[in-house]
Amino acid sequence: MTKQQANWSPYDNNGGTCVAIAGADYCVIAADTRMSTGYSILTRDYSKIIQLADKSVMASSGFQADVRALQKVLAARHLIYQHQHNKQMSCPAMAQLLSNTLYFKRFFPYYAFNVLGGLDSEGKGCVFTYDAVGSYERVGYSAQGSGATLITPFLDNQLKSPSPLLLPAKDAVTPLSEIEAIDLVKTCFASATERDIYTGDKVEMLVLNASGIRREFMELRKD
Amino acid sequence: MMKIDFSGLDPYMPVKGNAEDLDDEILAAPSFKLPVTVDFDGFQKAAVQMVKPAKGTTTLAFIFKDGVMVAADSRASMGGYISSQSVKKIIEINPYMLGTMAGGAADCQFWHRNLGIKCRLHELANKRRISVAGASKLLANILYSYRGMGLSVGTMIAGWDENGPGLYYVDSEGGRLKGTRFSVGSGSPYAYGVLDSGYRFDLSVEEAAELARRAIYHATFRDGASGGVASVYHVGPSGWKKLSGDDVGELHYSYYPVEPTAVEQEMADVPIA
Repeated sequence: MTKQQANWSPYDNNGGTCVAIAGADYCVIAADTRMSTGYSILTRDYSKIIQLADKSVMASSGFQADVRALQKVLAARHLIYQHQHNKQMSCPAMAQLLSNTLYFKRFFPYYAFNVLGGLDSEGKGCVFTYDAVGSYERVGYSAQGSGATLITPFLDNQLKSPSPLLLPAKDAVTPLSEIEAIDLVKTCFASATERDIYTGDKVEMLVLNASGIRREFMELRKD
Repeated sequence: MMKIDFSGLDPYMPVKGNAEDLDDEILAAPSFKLPVTVDFDGFQKAAVQMVKPAKGTTTLAFIFKDGVMVAADSRASMGGYISSQSVKKIIEINPYMLGTMAGGAADCQFWHRNLGIKCRLHELANKRRISVAGASKLLANILYSYRGMGLSVGTMIAGWDENGPGLYYVDSEGGRLKGTRFSVGSGSPYAYGVLDSGYRFDLSVEEAAELARRAIYHATFRDGASGGVASVYHVGPSGWKKLSGDDVGELHYSYYPVEPTAVEQEMADVPIA
């Protein structure tokens, strides 16, 4: 008799694409609203974006059960932070909290690929991009998830700014206005939808600026 | 009449965190969650396959008469995909100490951040800065305690303390070596080739910086997993200073200028028959 072995995986991949762009005084965070498993579409209206604090917003693709667990931990942490400090967490602080939260699951990772966008203490747009176990970096723009390999080269082509590591340093702010950035995000998703089966249905965009936060939607192909 | 709560089905409902769920995490010291499995190694291998942490590097550091020179590239790749060209692989632990990053990006970043905290606490408790030997040993001891769990770290701790310049190599297998010349990462064989052929103890700061830069450049030229920007740092008696950051794509043309070649024969129009 052959030995039977349980072969169950705690992970699934629900796909999805997240994009964030930081400008001089705004930040756009976007994600599609399709959730899939394998070739099946589970829902066409699932939000991957969550507002963690007044000025920080996270978009996550990967395994949505892990993502929800992660969102709950961050929300609870932020609640405690508000009780202890009587203020909202800043975006760079939330960025490091997210890094640490991911790393404390180093040996049983959250299968979640995140981008965190928001405004820093000076009101400048900021984007932080992560791997699943918490390595992070502040960048001008980022794409994560199933469509990242299609979108990142396109954003590089359109927005590539001098590396922040260069010395003498060169100005590395995305040279786009808020409206141009939103249009660029829409183009990215429309294109990714054409070639990625895990991206489609609708794109949800959150725009942060000095006057607050606003949410926009655009319909994508549903096939 | 009871109403059924459908709020859980609304996809745009804000997520509420329950602070009580975190009681064990907040009250106790932070700890690493482990998977409940009989086959930890198998699980780690599968998990690492899935999340594909960022990898691939060339880093180097050497001691010379005026201190320590530290240099690194800036590429991170996940398999064949370049996930970033702007990684900060030289981590500023405090104004007198640098760490370099090779292996898992998250492992290096997290444990260097952790080391930075420990060094600051040492400073506050003892009213003097920690030695490079001490700091590297703190890191080596942590990494050794996680040996076999799948951490991937290859780092050099470089700094200036009461004994002058210090340089240690520390890795996740538990190794900790004192030395004057190290290179770590997939591009290290190429970097060593340049470094060993050009190294002298009595190099000036400018000469040492150029040697470090050239070694990184040649490594990025031959190693596909290295590239981006070559950053060079110097650690002297008054702390570290970043000396240069050059795009290696542009460095190539300063090392190998394109010489205009004489045109042997101009192309001529073919007469129409």
